[in-house]
Amino acid sequence: MAQSAITKQLDSVEEFERQPVPVGKLKSWKSFLGMYAGEHTAGTEFVIGPLFVAHGASANDIVWGLLLGNLLAVLSWAFLTGPIAVKERVTLYYLLEKISGKKLTTVYNLVNALMFCFLAGSMIAVSATAVGIPFGLTMPTLNDWLPNSVGWIVAVVAVGAVTTVVAMFGYNLVSKFANVASPWMILVFLASAVAVLPELGVHSLSEFWARANDTIWTGTPLEGQSQFTFWHIMFFAWFANMAMHIGMADLSILRYAKKWYYGFNSGAGMFVGHYMAWMASGILYALFLKETSFSTEFAPGPVAYRAAGIAGALTVIIAGWTTANPTIYRAGLALQAIRPKWKTWKVTLVVGLITTLASVFPALVMKLLDFVALYGLILMPMGAVIMMDEYIIPRLKLSQKYAETFNKSFNLAAAVAWGVTLLFSIWLNIVFGVEVFFLGLPGWFVAAALYVVTSYFIQKNKTKGGTE
Amino acid sequence: MRSLLKILSLIGLLATIIPSFLVFAGVITLDNNKLIMIFGTILWFATAPFWMNKKV
Repeated sequence: MAQSAITKQLDSVEEFERQPVPVGKLKSWKSFLGMYAGEHTAGTEFVIGPLFVAHGASANDIVWGLLLGNLLAVLSWAFLTGPIAVKERVTLYYLLEKISGKKLTTVYNLVNALMFCFLAGSMIAVSATAVGIPFGLTMPTLNDWLPNSVGWIVAVVAVGAVTTVVAMFGYNLVSKFANVASPWMILVFLASAVAVLPELGVHSLSEFWARANDTIWTGTPLEGQSQFTFWHIMFFAWFANMAMHIGMADLSILRYAKKWYYGFNSGAGMFVGHYMAWMASGILYALFLKETSFSTEFAPGPVAYRAAGIAGALTVIIAGWTTANPTIYRAGLALQAIRPKWKTWKVTLVVGLITTLASVFPALVMKLLDFVALYGLILMPMGAVIMMDEYIIPRLKLSQKYAETFNKSFNLAAAVAWGVTLLFSIWLNIVFGVEVFFLGLPGWFVAAALYVVTSYFIQKNKTKGGTE
Repeated sequence: MRSLLKILSLIGLLATIIPSFLVFAGVITLDNNKLIMIFGTILWFATAPFWMNKKV
């Protein structure tokens, strides 16, 4: 009886995968504020901030690089994603299907879902470092790629299972959980950093900048880590969520917005989560390095526990959980777009299992910066395709939503834009040594130009309805 | 009842953040800060879900 009631509730989760969100279901700006603040004050912030320290970013790089990069990210959400989201009011996957056709969208969705699984996996792994504290879990190090103990696997599976069950109940529950946890979580980040400042030699505000330069963000990378500069920090902050803003994945979220400018609400996530929280976690890691004589152990749970006790460890668990939830939800949407008749909760369950499997590997955490940049880069070209289809294609007297208009299951122009852009990026990386953090910007222009030019040649001899 | 819950939630948040500044100022120890933060955490999660996300 109870089982059937739960199944009924899960089946009733309606997320408007293949229809515009009706007016009555639009959400207020508060909902997005909580969602963004919660989602971007996450478990991964406990990794990214410390990795900046490990990569030898200087205090100036951090303060100014993060400021400019996060500002560019907010503007990307507000002026690129928001207007298209409220105009179309459909998920990224459904819009892409209309433009690129069913076949190409299926490939995109599979890649997208896999990327989201890996990202959510890293968040679950971060949470597991806190779950393992009472059990004396052997924590992974910066050089670990494979699980180092059975205990690690058990901790990760436990966190993954809980995260998956919550995500199965849909966006509303995720949003409510993020709303409740978010204000507390943000304050714990701030509190834990403030409380340890005296142990880093900061006893007054006037001492902060000097210690920031000589003790926290020293400008010297740890052994085996590459050197980060202002440009690394700025581009990383801008493109950390490239898949979501420039890549348009957040069409799926912002389609619920009453106004396009709700995209500015992403500022809550950027300047709290990707500014304050990255700096705070960097401060905690600097203390850890100082106390352990630069140990290679890399475990956010114990680092937060050292600074804020049980509240700190709980923050790591909940921060990872809060972010993994919408990420698993997004991955579920991506897969469901391939088979719309599948129930949302069943798809989410499968996604959760893949995510949990991925999170067993600490490499996801240790190479998080590279992975985050790579995942944005891989998904970005389709965002450029959507932008061009929305604004440039009609100006050239070509037809928007090619696949839908011409009744096609494959849009060669979108495939060329996607594939060639990625090949171009690989070429830049291999031949010129351009790091993954910097490939997104030139890649976007290449994808946009390729889509417009190829669309022109494909469409110039066609008439609507699919005839030559 | 709703107002009382909100006040308790606010106390929970204040108990989470303020003690850290007292540690910074040298007024309390880091261990005391951790204890007060647990209190604030429990108070927040015991009260906030009952008024957040609820329509008036």
